[in-house]
Amino acid sequence: MAFAAFASTAAPPTDAPPRRRSPVALLLLLPGILYLVLFFLAPLVALILTSLQAPSEFGDIGMYSYAFRWENYVEVIGQYWPHILRSFGYALIATVLALLFSYPLAYFIGVTARRWPLLQSLMLVLVIAPFFISFLLRTLAWKQLLSDESFLVTSLKAVSLLAPDAHLTGTAFSVIFGLTYNFIPFMTLPLYTTLERLDLRYLEAGNDLYASGFHTFRTVTIPLSMPGIVAGTLLTFIPAAGDYINASRDFLGGADTQMIGNVIEANFLVLLNYPAAASLSIILMTVILVIVGVYVKRSGTEELL
Amino acid sequence: MSRLSLGKWLLPLYTALALIFLMVPIVYTFIFSFNDSLKSNITWRGFTLDKWLNVCAVQNGAVCQAFGNSLIIGLAATLIATTLGTMIAIALVRYRFRFRSSTSLLLFLPMATPEVVLGAGLAAQFLSLGVPKDMLTIILAHTMFCISFVVVTVKARVAGLDPALEEAGRDLYGSPGQVFARITFPLLLPGILAAALLSFALSFDDFIITNFNSGAVTTFPKYIYISASRGIPAEANVIASAVFILALVIVVTAQVSAAARAKRQARLG
Repeated sequence: MAFAAFASTAAPPTDAPPRRRSPVALLLLLPGILYLVLFFLAPLVALILTSLQAPSEFGDIGMYSYAFRWENYVEVIGQYWPHILRSFGYALIATVLALLFSYPLAYFIGVTARRWPLLQSLMLVLVIAPFFISFLLRTLAWKQLLSDESFLVTSLKAVSLLAPDAHLTGTAFSVIFGLTYNFIPFMTLPLYTTLERLDLRYLEAGNDLYASGFHTFRTVTIPLSMPGIVAGTLLTFIPAAGDYINASRDFLGGADTQMIGNVIEANFLVLLNYPAAASLSIILMTVILVIVGVYVKRSGTEELL
Repeated sequence: MSRLSLGKWLLPLYTALALIFLMVPIVYTFIFSFNDSLKSNITWRGFTLDKWLNVCAVQNGAVCQAFGNSLIIGLAATLIATTLGTMIAIALVRYRFRFRSSTSLLLFLPMATPEVVLGAGLAAQFLSLGVPKDMLTIILAHTMFCISFVVVTVKARVAGLDPALEEAGRDLYGSPGQVFARITFPLLLPGILAAALLSFALSFDDFIITNFNSGAVTTFPKYIYISASRGIPAEANVIASAVFILALVIVVTAQVSAAARAKRQARLG
């Protein structure tokens, strides 16, 4: 859905009027900014405060009092480090797979199909089509398509590509598969927007200088499409790392595939252990912000933010 | 020669297969909306139009009620987020002000924060303030994550607006209000509509943030999540398929009319 966001950042800034100072600016900004302060920033503060809470003295379940109990962090890391590592591992693999899947697709739509604008927009509609059907239902559809009774699994077992007692659902494979599938449009669209603006004369120049097709691709096409690669990988990695639908037991996951999102959900909504859920959330957010910062700096695409 | 033609066909072939792959769960969901299923909708039991004709009959209309809640929440969140976001977008492009970079950061951060953190944060805030979770808390939550997307979408449209048009309006003695209503707003409208559609889609399909802030209220995605363990009725597939077709029609119409407009402009100028 961030498609529009990234498609529009691609719009070239026309000769903008000189910006003026005016009290009108404040009136326009204030309501929205105030809203984000109240319902985005303040909740983050609430989350930090909650993450440091201690159990209430009366020992009731779900009752906590404000404290400075930083041991909460030590405890959740000690208890849930496999989930934390798994989340970032799964998200990383899904991001790489989505990139490998999307690059040729985006290249065809953005570069090869340039001569046929109608075909181009039709293919773009197909790329975003998964967004139009419920996220949960399309994940459940894959659960059925990968289930033990499914055509795919019975055929794989018939030709002995899969052991007779093996399953696809409830495994790391199906969770990573689901994460990859669900976030592919987030990867394809920003790739498309940069490749669509790729100046083909650079590629011709590469050919004229006797570079092989692969050499031109590696030294010209890839660097020029870097903004799309960075935007796409971030748009895939961030939601994938925090997702808990795909890894949920009722969807594509199993007991051994639980991610950090599942643990946050269980602690907050089922176990009513708010401090644990809050400290895990803060850990997740901090790691992601650090990764985003380092990644964007290293790839030299700061203007993207 | 043969290598060349293989290379020529490899990419289109891959693209076709990739697009088909993306369609697989959509087609599956659509087909199973016609399944003559009982309680759960897992094995194919025969074709029926019954689920499409009596969508609300199942479970005393629980599916339809959840769908109705999602519509109300989506409309309310879209209305608020589009208004607030459009105002910010105009200010960002048109005016100079202090705290510009902190404003941009505040708008970027919600898009870079995992939904589970946004959801847990709001829930922690509502909990500590003693606010009961209901429709209102869901609308407040959805509005929050939609604002940034509205700003980015509308900003591009404001930036592409020719300031000479508004100048002309002022030269002809239009008041600031008249210039905005007759010139600025109509020119921004396509961008605002795109932002509103995006907001509605984000809100309508959101589950993670909703799950933390909905209390006993059931939205359409939440209904599916709750029912997943005991079986989803085919009626849910009917609603999802109908929404899919409607969204597809809107997007294709927008694409076609944009193409027609571009053609007309090319002819004129």
